[in-house]
Amino acid sequence: MPDQLLFAMEVTLNGLMAGVLYSLVALGFVLIFKASGIFNYAQGVMALFAAMTLVGIQKGQVPFAHLINALLGTEVHHFGWHVPSILAILLTAGVMVVFAWIVERVVLKHLVNQPDIILFMATIGLAYFMEGFGDLMWGADIKKLDVGLPQGINIAIDDTTFGWFGYGFFIDNLDIVATVIAILLVISLTVFSQYSKQGRALRAVADDHQAALSVGISLRFIWVLVWSIAGFVALVAGIMWGAKSGVQFSLSLIALKALPVLMLGGFTSIPGAIIGGLIIGVGEKLFEFAIGPLVGGATENWFAYVLALIFLVFRPQGLFGEKIIERV
Amino acid sequence: MKDMSEGYVTADGRKIGGVLMEMKNITLRFGGVVAIKDISFDIREGEIRAIIGPNGAGKSSMLNVISGFYIPSEGEVFYKGSKRPQMRPYQVAQQGIARTFQNIALFEGMTVLDNIMTGRLTNMKSNLFQQALWYGKANEEEMANREKVERVIDFLEIQSIRKTPVGRLPYGLKKRVELARALAAEPSLLLLDEPMAGMNVEEKEDMSRFILDVNDEFGTTIALIEHDMGVVMDLSDRVVVMDYGKKIGDGTPDEVRNNQDVIDAYLGVAHD
Ligand SMILES: Nc1ncnc2c1ncn2[C@@H]1O[C@H](COP(=O)(O)OP(=O)(O)O)[C@@H](O)[C@H]1O
Ligand SMILES: [Mg+2]
Repeated sequence: MPDQLLFAMEVTLNGLMAGVLYSLVALGFVLIFKASGIFNYAQGVMALFAAMTLVGIQKGQVPFAHLINALLGTEVHHFGWHVPSILAILLTAGVMVVFAWIVERVVLKHLVNQPDIILFMATIGLAYFMEGFGDLMWGADIKKLDVGLPQGINIAIDDTTFGWFGYGFFIDNLDIVATVIAILLVISLTVFSQYSKQGRALRAVADDHQAALSVGISLRFIWVLVWSIAGFVALVAGIMWGAKSGVQFSLSLIALKALPVLMLGGFTSIPGAIIGGLIIGVGEKLFEFAIGPLVGGATENWFAYVLALIFLVFRPQGLFGEKIIERV
Repeated sequence: MKDMSEGYVTADGRKIGGVLMEMKNITLRFGGVVAIKDISFDIREGEIRAIIGPNGAGKSSMLNVISGFYIPSEGEVFYKGSKRPQMRPYQVAQQGIARTFQNIALFEGMTVLDNIMTGRLTNMKSNLFQQALWYGKANEEEMANREKVERVIDFLEIQSIRKTPVGRLPYGLKKRVELARALAAEPSLLLLDEPMAGMNVEEKEDMSRFILDVNDEFGTTIALIEHDMGVVMDLSDRVVVMDYGKKIGDGTPDEVRNNQDVIDAYLGVAHD
């Protein structure tokens, strides 16, 4: 097999794995958008916040240590214990539920029936608030996230492909794990929404608020539920990204990558978010591989947006989105 | 009007019980518009109660007050003998009051079966964790609910469209699915807002038959809004007539038909 083709295959595989992460973040957006019509600008910051909280809990960090020390003149920083990864992840999930509940209480509840743009603005405010709050709670330093996920090149794949093609594919174990977890997450979300009572209620609310009320569904409960789920999804994305590149502010910017994914996949479609993420992931890696050298590289910064814009011209509702019809 | 404090027996021999729901001096304003002006009436256990009146009379508003979608500016609501505090629509639904909408509110993206299953939500008790683990009780509950829903589907003769997404159905069938969803809740009180509007003659006859059968077989108390006098007279036991937000008549179809205010209101309005 020609070398170029082998390189392209390897790049495609790596692109798919990067795409999984985009899909995850986009999924968080779609869930909230479907259920409440809110474009949640804070989704990326939620991932950052979740990752920070996880690291903080794991290391036994005292929350708000700086604030406490400044106010009381103390010097506390750590509880002096270390929480096992699994427990820390569960506790963080719990924190995300509490967060969802607070968002509903403090923000959403007061903005029911407001125009979408107001709700969108509210989530921008929320994003900035959370960013500052996260720093205050856990400190603004760059943190290393390690929950024991395998890292480094996968030797088996390297060897096998070398045996087949005389060229070993370089695939990171972390990417493989991320992909498997993302697939499991999507399967469990699908099963949940198709077969559980709450899932059915969630789909009902996403479809028609008035009808949902008439069959006894509390919108506020559903909102807490979807924000919690979006919080879990953010946590998973935060763990993956954090394990790869450390927990720092740039993590919240993955949300910006989710935007072209959503334009491609449609804002209301869960399969759309997944496939859109994969297309962007593969597309930008392949483009960088094929065209990058000709134009001086760094195409990954803009490729996704250009692709999404071109796409918008031809299919504004995205690949899977519902056709946009103004109701009159 | 005869004394009915202990209920009464209808012309066709059905026993009507005590008061299930009572509206007392209900007034509803939207800014300057008074949609309902100081109206009182009751709905009794087991009866088919109609609210009629010309367009804009305030009928839908009244149904919305009963189902909690509108909060009355003044007045009180009594349900099953006690005064109802201010409630959100989902809480009203959980009390056993199911409804349909004048403009149909279905889950267009979901199948007929799933739509009707949502009607069972108020009757499901298992919690999130049991659901998540597909734990015995949740499983049994789902099966029991499926059975009830299948019975409603048979009853309303919509077996052939069970798996069809609602968005693809014609108008008449959508109305029927909406009724099915409300019935699935096994409500104590069923509210129907113009269940026959926009239907052809045959569909209207079907719907009338279903309404009568529901009342007859399950003993469900029904309050329905209808625009068309003729249909209402055949279906209902007692009728409230509204015009410009006021109650201008209340009684059996015969009593109402011969009420001069009602005749005037209807003569002044072209039917559509
Ligand atoms: N949500 C609302 N906001 C403002 N006005 C309303 C609202 N709902 C109903 N109305 C007004 O109340 C009056 C009665 O309407 P409605 O109850 O729909 O009448 P009907 O069902 O008898 O045709 C109308 O004047 C209508 O414009
Ligand atoms: Mg009406």
